[in-house]
Amino acid sequence: MSKIKFTVDGKACIGTPGQTIMEAALANGVYIPALCRYEGLKPAGSCRICTVRVGGRPMAACTQPVSEGMAVENMSQELEDMRKALVEMLFVEGNHMCPTCEKSGNCELQALAYRYQMLVPRFPYQFPARSVEPTGGRLLFEYNRCIQCLRCVRSVKTKDGKAVFGPLGRSEKKKIGMDKELASKLSDKDAREAMDRCPVGALLKKEVGFVIPIGKRKFDKTPIGSDVGKTAS
Amino acid sequence: MPKQGIIKTILARHKKDKSRLIEIVRDVQSALGWVPPAAVAEIAEALNVSKVDVEGVATFYHFFSGAPAGRYAVYLNDNFVAGMKGRAEIAAAFEKEAKCRFGETTADGLIGLHATSCIGMNDQEPSAIINGVVFTKLTKAKVKQIVAAMKAGRDMARLVTTCGDGANQSKLVRAMVTNNIRKKGPVILAPFKPGEAIRRAVTWTPEDVIAEIKRSNLLGRGGAGFPTGLKWDFCVQSQADRHYVVCNADEGEPGTFKDRVILTEQAHLLFEGMAVAGYAVGAKEGILYLRAEYAYLKNHLEHVLEALRKKAIIGRNAGGKKGFIFDIEIKMGAGAYICGEESALLESAEGKRGEPRDRPPFPVTYGYLGYPTTVNNIETLCAAARILAKGAGWFKTLGTAKSAGTKLLSVSGDCRKPGVYEVEFGLSLQKLLEMVGGRDAQAVQVGGPSGTCVSRGQFERRIGFEDLPTGGSIIVIGPHRDMFDVVHNFMDFFIEESCGWCAPCRVGNSLLKRKLEKIMSGKGTIRDLSDLESWGRIIKTMSRCGLGQTSPNPILTTLQNFRHLYESKVRHDTDFVTEFDLKAAVHAASGVTGQKLTEAHHE
Repeated sequence: MSKIKFTVDGKACIGTPGQTIMEAALANGVYIPALCRYEGLKPAGSCRICTVRVGGRPMAACTQPVSEGMAVENMSQELEDMRKALVEMLFVEGNHMCPTCEKSGNCELQALAYRYQMLVPRFPYQFPARSVEPTGGRLLFEYNRCIQCLRCVRSVKTKDGKAVFGPLGRSEKKKIGMDKELASKLSDKDAREAMDRCPVGALLKKEVGFVIPIGKRKFDKTPIGSDVGKTAS
Repeated sequence: MPKQGIIKTILARHKKDKSRLIEIVRDVQSALGWVPPAAVAEIAEALNVSKVDVEGVATFYHFFSGAPAGRYAVYLNDNFVAGMKGRAEIAAAFEKEAKCRFGETTADGLIGLHATSCIGMNDQEPSAIINGVVFTKLTKAKVKQIVAAMKAGRDMARLVTTCGDGANQSKLVRAMVTNNIRKKGPVILAPFKPGEAIRRAVTWTPEDVIAEIKRSNLLGRGGAGFPTGLKWDFCVQSQADRHYVVCNADEGEPGTFKDRVILTEQAHLLFEGMAVAGYAVGAKEGILYLRAEYAYLKNHLEHVLEALRKKAIIGRNAGGKKGFIFDIEIKMGAGAYICGEESALLESAEGKRGEPRDRPPFPVTYGYLGYPTTVNNIETLCAAARILAKGAGWFKTLGTAKSAGTKLLSVSGDCRKPGVYEVEFGLSLQKLLEMVGGRDAQAVQVGGPSGTCVSRGQFERRIGFEDLPTGGSIIVIGPHRDMFDVVHNFMDFFIEESCGWCAPCRVGNSLLKRKLEKIMSGKGTIRDLSDLESWGRIIKTMSRCGLGQTSPNPILTTLQNFRHLYESKVRHDTDFVTEFDLKAAVHAASGVTGQKLTEAHHE
């Protein structure tokens, strides 16, 4: 197969045709901060945190195909500050109470906030009135924490391929709808996977929230992104 | 239940075709006045999709509602120009007569009052669409009459006693809308004999047709200015067993209405342009994606199509070329500005939520239903037809070196002669203002909210891709207007019209508006101005599509061109003014306890 030569912040990398910038960067042990992306799911480009610049033009690394000779700008101060701003936007858009959240320590939004050393968001909190939807069978939907990454929309389907989750409405009023009937039919394993895929504590499997104590969770031990490059040859 | 019967009929009419979901929901909305949960469930089952899929579509578009919208549903335009022309009084009159508030429906379900984004009538505001009928130049007296007619159960169409000019009078339209054509130019609004373009085109090879369009330097008229010939070339080079031509008839930029006039008076020119495009890219099918606000023109357009079929301009042996087939279908939108973005338009045409796609792949390789598709603006296709009829060389004599041809401008606002002007590119704003009777303007909004707000000192700037590109919306802002009201209205528009897919656009625009409001209320500081700039830049840089990439423009371009207004609004003596309002914060609690807040509490 032909190889694609490209660089990320000057580091020479090799990609293969069909790869996105994100996939190619990861394969070369280069971390590009991301949030809505999930290995194995079709990219959505909804959080925009993986935005990089190529030839000055901003583009989402998760959706943009890598091409020969690309010089990708990734960790510039400007981009990192804008990424931090997006994390802050997601915090003020919802109601995120980390100390009481089942996902604390396993939450990718929280982990990014630590990465960016977010103390107080530059934006005012919106304190939206949101609800908790408990009637999804083994799942409950905590809307206060949903960041609309669309991971559940993209991945949770019934056996005959029907979507259990889907976007409703638009603008700032957009939310993720749950087909309660279909959700209640999900198996134990499916429900567990749905919770694990949710980057925040919005989609929770009932009764397992605190099985692993806070302090012994993924990002309590290692910061987000630190695993990238460890396994690459 | 009688409802079930209705929905079954509607489903059968659309052959339970998933790609016709918008048409299905549209028919349910018009039959029942809303899309009830039972209907969502029935549609989902019939199409074998999830309920959230159907609900997702039903909640995306302005003209669908999840609660009864009223047997008479009033959609009153709420853009800034409507406001200039007395919208507030008209809204108050509707509320008084109907005895219900905007955003609500009367208890008996008879009348619903709804605000909606620009409906393409800026030259005859205040205007509204009621049960598909367009009402223009509303007055308090007319509102009284309209509401009385509703209470008497009358058909809204019967209230149209005087029709506008031209084809607005035809029995298929019968609209009170007037064309307001103020200046005809040689490309779009000049007379056109059906057949002139396509009969010539089919005597050439498709490659030669594309070469001619390339030679003409025709750039896309939506505002972005992509070379049309190149787009067609990309499309034809994408190998597939089918290609499509899609015409973007979803002009939604506040202040634009020139496509309305083309569709009313020059539809034959447009359709012939589509046929030329079809011949060039090897498409058999064309789609006109028509914005819901122009649904009143649909029967007229169908009629024009039928006449062109009879003349073999489209249809079988189109243009008189044996074996060349090209026909056109009209697909309706349902109210969403974002569907003017070409990939969102394609999603919507496929019956889905109008959310933009990630590009690449571009529509020319992966378009309608996944086939190579060229999506072109109405005006672009009209120009293409004219170029085939009169030649690229002739076309290039019009306009400037970088912007060949003419541009239709939709002029509205504080001017004596609002309407449609076909002008050559290169025209200065100063000359335009003299033409339209708006010489005393303090500002001109060029290209609608997503464009540029130009101040008085810069009126020598010119319309054209080298200086001020525009889709055609020109809003003249008189000296007595508060620029902050203009900017605020435009931000409301973008917040409402964001599809909500990506975080910067969904969240950021509200934050920007809130900051603007802080400044407007006198609580802003110099620091807030730099915040506006940097937040605006973040939204522009990080957003996924053109909407978010331009939505901060009303703020950013006025910050640049009207800096003094902002400077005079903010406090210079301090770096921080609290937004916290104790009285407001304890309002609810004081209400419960009956305790009045005294001055002592403030200290």
